[in-house]
Amino acid sequence: MSTTTTAQTHPRGIFHKAGSLRAERRWALWSAYISLVIAAIIMLAPPAYMLLTSIKTSAEIADLSGNPWWVRSPTFENYWALINNAMFRGFFWNSVKVTIAVVTLSMVISVLAAFALGRMRFWGSQFLATGVFLTYLVPDTLLFIPLYQIVGGLGLLDNAWGLVLVYPTLTVPFCTWIMIGYFASIPKELDEAALIDGANWLQMLTRIFIPVALPGIIAATIFAFTVSWAAFVYPTAFITSPSEMPMTIGVVSQLIRGDTFAWGQLMAGALLAALPPVVVYAFLMDYYIAGLTAGATKG
Amino acid sequence: MAQVSLRKVVKAYEGGVQAVKGIDLEIADHEFVVLVGPSGCGKSTTLRMIAGLEEITGGDIAIGGTVVNDIPPRDRDIAMVFQNYALYPHMSVYDNMAFGLTLRKFPKAEIDKRVKEAARILDITPLLERKPKALSGGQRQRVAMGRAIVRDPKVFLFDEPLSNLDAKLRVQMRTEIKKVHQTVKTTTIYVTHDQVEAMTLADRVVVMNHGVIEQVGPPQVLYHTPATRFVAGFIGSPAMNFIPARLEEASGALRLHLPGGMSVDIPEARTARYRSYAGKDVVFGIRPEHLTDDKPTDKTNPAPMILTPEVIEPMGMETLAHFKLEGAELTARLDPATPAEVGQPLRLIAHMDQMHLIDPTTDKVI
Repeated sequence: MSTTTTAQTHPRGIFHKAGSLRAERRWALWSAYISLVIAAIIMLAPPAYMLLTSIKTSAEIADLSGNPWWVRSPTFENYWALINNAMFRGFFWNSVKVTIAVVTLSMVISVLAAFALGRMRFWGSQFLATGVFLTYLVPDTLLFIPLYQIVGGLGLLDNAWGLVLVYPTLTVPFCTWIMIGYFASIPKELDEAALIDGANWLQMLTRIFIPVALPGIIAATIFAFTVSWAAFVYPTAFITSPSEMPMTIGVVSQLIRGDTFAWGQLMAGALLAALPPVVVYAFLMDYYIAGLTAGATKG
Repeated sequence: MAQVSLRKVVKAYEGGVQAVKGIDLEIADHEFVVLVGPSGCGKSTTLRMIAGLEEITGGDIAIGGTVVNDIPPRDRDIAMVFQNYALYPHMSVYDNMAFGLTLRKFPKAEIDKRVKEAARILDITPLLERKPKALSGGQRQRVAMGRAIVRDPKVFLFDEPLSNLDAKLRVQMRTEIKKVHQTVKTTTIYVTHDQVEAMTLADRVVVMNHGVIEQVGPPQVLYHTPATRFVAGFIGSPAMNFIPARLEEASGALRLHLPGGMSVDIPEARTARYRSYAGKDVVFGIRPEHLTDDKPTDKTNPAPMILTPEVIEPMGMETLAHFKLEGAELTARLDPATPAEVGQPLRLIAHMDQMHLIDPTTDKVI
């Protein structure tokens, strides 16, 4: 009764009509959909155009008449040309071996470092943890000159294995940081229970922390994989022989001859190079999100 | 199984804050001891020092006659149950319980026998294959207890194990814990802030406050003869009533003058004990259950008091009435049949043979 009176006397007061919840929700949904559609168009247009170009013949690509978004005579010749090319298969193999080595090395170092920095309280652990994160903030364009000297000093210039030493400078700090955060979200009573149950630090890590922190470890692994697979600056600087090149620079350096661009094969090569990360993300997306948001909702 | 000794145990943190200030405690073999006190009183720190999860700053802790100050938790032969259960989320109930034994390289058959026996005692046999997330709070706490039992340790340590459970389950689990102790008889140290848990479970209760032990004794002793005002107020629910008063002597008898012009006689049996306080301010302590409605009673030394209830709380088996006496808050336990009404003066009886007098300068019970 009194509420009605107040609402009538003060139509613009705290009881003003704010629109129904359903109407507000409809607006929110519409704006969300519109923004997402625009974002999706911007993000997906380049790969879609790459796909269309990769299934065109060279003649069709060169023909500027007609709609470029329309494929008149689709063909897989660009893909076959690359797959049957031993050098291209070499690029792929180089990427695979470097990535597997980098991911393994990064994860071993990061998990051990994060466990030590996050769980074993020792003098300076906090300082070191911050230091690890600051390392990540140094851009790789700044690092490649000193790294060039180091890799050169080790005799690993123009050698795919040299990259295995270089990429962890990018992956280890970030993966360690993710893992410190993930380990921190595991209640400390779990280590105490394990300590009382008779576990030593290594057993605690392998039997309790790694299985419990698996989503975080997978998130960090995906990150290390992406960085290593997609690296461009370092291999451009350190690798010159085609036999040692990974996909990223191999495709660009071998399919562009002077001012002649083999557009069809370039696009097919780029898409083939992008395939492994897409597959990895598709299968492990849920873990990735769970890993990155860990601790966000816990007190 | 073993006795546990704490001698002059101190825990100080950086900056000089002392959480535990040199406590002494002897716990006998098979005994169930409960450390109780308000938050920050040092009870959990004491337990964690016994477990080896906190380093001790001073003094000695001995388990089974061996000083364990520098022995890591895994070699102290203890088992601990945590407030948040601390079950390993990726392992089944069976593996959770077997984990400690696996690490100690027990033969598989022995592990299986012990896990199944513990599961039988705790009635969790059907849950052995489940993961902790598929269990209710009470079931998780049983698994945590199972993990402790299978180890057959010298000492069980419980750190507020029932605080995360709802009230009904808490009562049920309390009985379970008591049953388990009666079955396995392992020396047990149990930390809680709930005095009802302490009273119901303990062979002896250790009341702690501000890092020191206020009193140690069997629950009934603490209830009937508290040593300090803190213990008197902490043990018993609702808490003891404290009324500022003045003790006067008149022709050999002692009389207690209460606020509001009331006065009550001190029983003859107590006069010798209290005589030295005649003419001084004291605090009169009487439990709500000893401040009851006026009806024929077999208790000796009833002292009448007229009070006006401010709030009446019918509980079914009894009625609690709350009064104010010049600033002092009083509670009385009444018969549910008593026609008590808010604002209507009520004649109550203080059972003076159950009274306590407290010296306000030392807060010690006289």
